[in-house]
Amino acid sequence: MCRLFALTSRDPISPMRAINALNVMKEGHDGSGVGLCLRGLGGRFEEEFKGCPILSGIFTESGLRRLEQYTMDHGFKSQYSILYTPEVEPPAGTPVRGTYAAISYKVPKGWKQLSEAQQGQKLLQMRLELKKMGEEDGDIMVFSFWPDTIVVKEVGDPLEIGEYLQLDANKNIYARRILAQGRQNTNYAINLYACHPFFIEGVASMTNGENTAFIPIKEYLQSRDVLGYSGYQSDSEVFTHIAHFATKRLGLDIRAYKHIITPLSDLELEDHPDREFLATIKKSCRKLVIDGPNCVIGTLDDGSMFMVQDRKKLRPGIVGGKDGIYGFSSEVCGLDAAIPDRDRSKDFQPMHLDTVIVGPDCKEISTCSQKDQLPRQL
Amino acid sequence: MLTERPVTPSTLGVKDLPWQIEWDKDLCTQCGRCTSVCPVNAIELGVFRKREIKTPAGLRTKAENEYSIFYGIRQKTDPAYACIGCSMCNTVCPNNAIGPKRDDGSNTLKFHNDRGGQPRTRGGRRNSGESLLDQIKFMRISMLTDPALDAGRHEFRLNTLLGRVQSPEESLKTYAEQGWKPPVREIYPMIIGGMSFGALSPNMWEGLQMGVAYLNEEMNMPVRISTGEGGCPPRLLRSKFLKYVILQIASGYFGWDEIIHAIPEMKVDPCAIEIKYGQGAKPGDGGLLMWYKVNKLIAAIRGVPERVSLPSPPTHQTQYSIEESVAKMIQSMSMAWGFRVPVYPKISASSTSLAVLNNLTRNPYAAGLAIDGEDGGTGAAYNVSMNHMGHPIASNLRDCYNALVTTGKQNELPLIAGGGIGKSGNLAANAAALIMLGASAVQVGKYVMQAGAGCLGSEKDRCNVCNIGVCPKGITSQDPRLYRRLDPEKVAERVVDFYLSFDTEIKKIIAPLGRSSALPVGMSDALGISDRAAADRLGIKYVV
Repeated sequence: MCRLFALTSRDPISPMRAINALNVMKEGHDGSGVGLCLRGLGGRFEEEFKGCPILSGIFTESGLRRLEQYTMDHGFKSQYSILYTPEVEPPAGTPVRGTYAAISYKVPKGWKQLSEAQQGQKLLQMRLELKKMGEEDGDIMVFSFWPDTIVVKEVGDPLEIGEYLQLDANKNIYARRILAQGRQNTNYAINLYACHPFFIEGVASMTNGENTAFIPIKEYLQSRDVLGYSGYQSDSEVFTHIAHFATKRLGLDIRAYKHIITPLSDLELEDHPDREFLATIKKSCRKLVIDGPNCVIGTLDDGSMFMVQDRKKLRPGIVGGKDGIYGFSSEVCGLDAAIPDRDRSKDFQPMHLDTVIVGPDCKEISTCSQKDQLPRQL
Repeated sequence: MLTERPVTPSTLGVKDLPWQIEWDKDLCTQCGRCTSVCPVNAIELGVFRKREIKTPAGLRTKAENEYSIFYGIRQKTDPAYACIGCSMCNTVCPNNAIGPKRDDGSNTLKFHNDRGGQPRTRGGRRNSGESLLDQIKFMRISMLTDPALDAGRHEFRLNTLLGRVQSPEESLKTYAEQGWKPPVREIYPMIIGGMSFGALSPNMWEGLQMGVAYLNEEMNMPVRISTGEGGCPPRLLRSKFLKYVILQIASGYFGWDEIIHAIPEMKVDPCAIEIKYGQGAKPGDGGLLMWYKVNKLIAAIRGVPERVSLPSPPTHQTQYSIEESVAKMIQSMSMAWGFRVPVYPKISASSTSLAVLNNLTRNPYAAGLAIDGEDGGTGAAYNVSMNHMGHPIASNLRDCYNALVTTGKQNELPLIAGGGIGKSGNLAANAAALIMLGASAVQVGKYVMQAGAGCLGSEKDRCNVCNIGVCPKGITSQDPRLYRRLDPEKVAERVVDFYLSFDTEIKKIIAPLGRSSALPVGMSDALGISDRAAADRLGIKYVV
């Protein structure tokens, strides 16, 4: 089972804190890949370049040159970069790839006149084009192109990769919201794009477990005619896209997400205060119903972080913490390692109906059962 | 054979017939039940004269003939009376002294059953045992990477949607504006396909309706039944059970005068309206109820004179184009029930199915598309239509589902697949295969008759006399002497039995695939087949 650990903190913290928690949960072989999504960045990204899109990915030398040409052609000028080219031997199982980069760009003229949605579409379009450019020679891999977001992905043991990439050293990548996943699967042919977390237009999520309803869901998302609903090297990428579809396309609150992926039974809906609304989305979003076993942890543009489980609650998952920092973990030992001095009686393990949300203020855990009345959605 | 007996081209021997009666003289009690029960008078009382030559020892006395007579069963060899293999003679025989045996090598009859220039008509389905659906395996079994579910313990949601489901964006807009939304029914994914009142006996119809009502009211299974083209008994039209019924309208419009006049008195809306444009067993051909079966009751319900054959035209005669046929008719039927009832067409699987589908996807009132494959059954059709016309359901359904996926309408327009499901008895496996290829629901007819009422028909051309009203089980007969053999209560019991067992088997298929929260429509990654060409054609895995 892949391990998931996420932190949401009022102040920026080192990504290694999440990676250490993953390490505590480690059992058996664990070299299939690690992914990190860092948002709410501190350091220079916040102080000097707030709001500027950041491109994160891995590049060879020629890839970097092609990237520069491409971004210049589109009027984007790099203004601050963290480029890290390891000089030591990579850990066993990790290939030598080149430069790990997070580059902040100055936006082109006229950018401010675009609506937020148009800006988002443009950034997404560029990320997809760069991804495509890299697919030919393998010289460019991009994981995100979005303000205040860095995504790192690599194959190998999470702790070794964290040390290899010196994630602790540079305070400019300390972040307020960190999603970390250790991929513990049995695949040998590993595609980096299959590593979690997945990111699209401000929505990021990671999942463990298999997605047995993957093919119908994937086909449905691909047929939505939404830019970026592509890739699907992992069956878990659809969870991110469903969250994006629910919040961005349908304009629903994240508390409605659970109603889309695991709708209530007709019996449960009968006396629900939102039964008409819920019956509507149950029918129209029927193709997005998941079947588990999955624990999904995600974060949204507003700085909130959430966790949900499949309808049968076949995976563990726990949320706990203290004022200022909360952890979302696929196993309790990870949370114990990351935030040992919390009040454990306030830990919450979401069951089959629950959505757990911690807001950007990191003050408390709020829970929402599917049986509760939803905030007005439309 | 006597020398003066004329030998005509159609003079056949027992060996020329596909079914041969084996009769045991020693066991026979000569009770006469077999000859009286035989639906086609293939056997009769035979008086046999036997000569025995008595040859005494020695040379003095000459050999003598001794003549004796015994009584027994004689099989007729006239093509019009050929044994149909129903084996009712055996069923009624107290001593198991008689029964038909099939000889696959004897096909002479095939060349002679067109007497009077009339090609053979029959009931049943395509006489071929092949079934692609039986070859499909479910092989994406959840092992250690994700736990297989427990078919007996987990909560399963097998129900499906019948009706035009709006896209997420549209549905929220409709909700916000409190606008009109197309009617959608939540139903059990196996529908009892259209078998008309007329094609079926009153007892069979009553039994099916009772079984369906029991499943709905007592077992909480929203099973639906289509009327077929033949109207609906007036009391049912005015009862609360109408909500379990899909009213079918076809090109003969039989029974629709009665239905239209009953609308103001209906207590509930019907589940849906099915507009039949074609059926898999005889694509391009209209329905057919032969005169034998048009008695007073049937004539009254259908609004026709007694004892005339009722061939429906091959197409709806008042319409001249696909837009006219599909769009206007759907609109008219929707309007008749105030846009509260889903209306969908049923067509024969054909290489033109995609054109119909594309037309429907652009029609916001179209509630689905039922496609009936070549292995569908019928009460009456020309043998040539049944055996040689039509398109297999699997690839036709798959093409349609893929077309919906391409246009993003796979959740909006449900596809209902039929034709050959459970042909060899594997009902749940065949249904699950079609669902995973993209069907939102399946419809079955022949299996219902076989499992629900003991229909004897088979693809070895057994029985298949539904068309002439002599059904030995009373399923497709309008003769009270025959249909009183069928106890409606027992039919209802059998319908409940096979639905419940189907329900368990479907769970035993989808639980190991890790699915329980929703019917796995289009879960094609679960399917495999050991035929490379079929795998490629259907877009499923090739496994050996």
